[in-house]
Amino acid sequence: MNEQYLGLLTGFLFGFLLQKGRVLRFDKQVGAMLLQDMTILKFMLSAILVGMIGIHLLSDLGILKLSHKPMNIGAVVLGGILFGAGWAVMGFCPGTSVGALGEGRWHAIFAIAGMLGGAVLYAELYPYLTTTVLAWKDYGKIGLPAALGVSHWLIIPVACALYIGLFAWFERKNL
Amino acid sequence: MRRRPDDGGWNPYFAGALVGLLAIASAYATTIWLGKTTYLGASTTFVRAAGFIERSIAPDHVAANTYYTKEKVKVDWQFMLVLGIFLGAAVSSLTDRSFKMERVPPTWERRFGPSGARRAAAAFLGGIVAMFGARLADGCPSGHGLSGLMQLSLSGFVALALFFGTGVLFAHLVYGGGEK
Repeated sequence: MNEQYLGLLTGFLFGFLLQKGRVLRFDKQVGAMLLQDMTILKFMLSAILVGMIGIHLLSDLGILKLSHKPMNIGAVVLGGILFGAGWAVMGFCPGTSVGALGEGRWHAIFAIAGMLGGAVLYAELYPYLTTTVLAWKDYGKIGLPAALGVSHWLIIPVACALYIGLFAWFERKNL
Repeated sequence: MRRRPDDGGWNPYFAGALVGLLAIASAYATTIWLGKTTYLGASTTFVRAAGFIERSIAPDHVAANTYYTKEKVKVDWQFMLVLGIFLGAAVSSLTDRSFKMERVPPTWERRFGPSGARRAAAAFLGGIVAMFGARLADGCPSGHGLSGLMQLSLSGFVALALFFGTGVLFAHLVYGGGEK
């Protein structure tokens, strides 16, 4: 299959499931950040739980490769903080903004326009950032198991237990 | 546990678990067809889309920019994935009647009133800051959150904790905590 068709089909299914899970909406995203409605965390951590087991099985069998993003400390920490601040005001993340537009929440178009502006700004400042924030300290493309020096099959059950424990807590608190 | 949310959507655990299966299938399919395992993500597409727009105005400037050169301004797998999200959400919402034209979301209106212009300005400014952060961190809640945590990436755990932690702090500052 052609690269573009594969992307479109995968995106279609992803968007369909995001919409069915009702996680695209501004109110769901801000609801999670206000710690009042944990729908997006239930959705996301369920996907992570299932995906984590499958991806590691296939990776162990040599069928696919893991692709960690670099643990560049300045970039991830400053970027993470800026993203969180913008996310709270915007009420969408990059992926959900286009999905929200698809379900009629057309004010997402302004968020999308802003994000395109943010991308331009980043591209313009990139040469400056490579000699500053991005040059601070890069721990490389590393996974938690390698960082701790243990097998991923030791971490996976712990992560599963943690996520299921969170689900139980969300349900008990009716979040 | 409620089996279905009140508005006819699917149980979020169920829909999320299906996304987990989709992520596995997608990682496998990209390995086969693209020759490289590619994980779900969205924010790089905004760089490419911005590059296309900027290139129509200032082609030489885009060609000379090191970041656009690094990320490559092209319609690739992820670009089509993001378009697919739009279409999938449209089909899902139109077929189960949850499609709704919305100018100002309810949570926003309770705090800042019905002004569409105010909402638009805030969404635009929030978008600039968020995307700048996502590009700096090299990922968004899809790339760092979903795909990163699935792979047990160190950067994914740090990024998602900061996305959510800062989000919680700012949401309480902006919308005021407490009232439901």
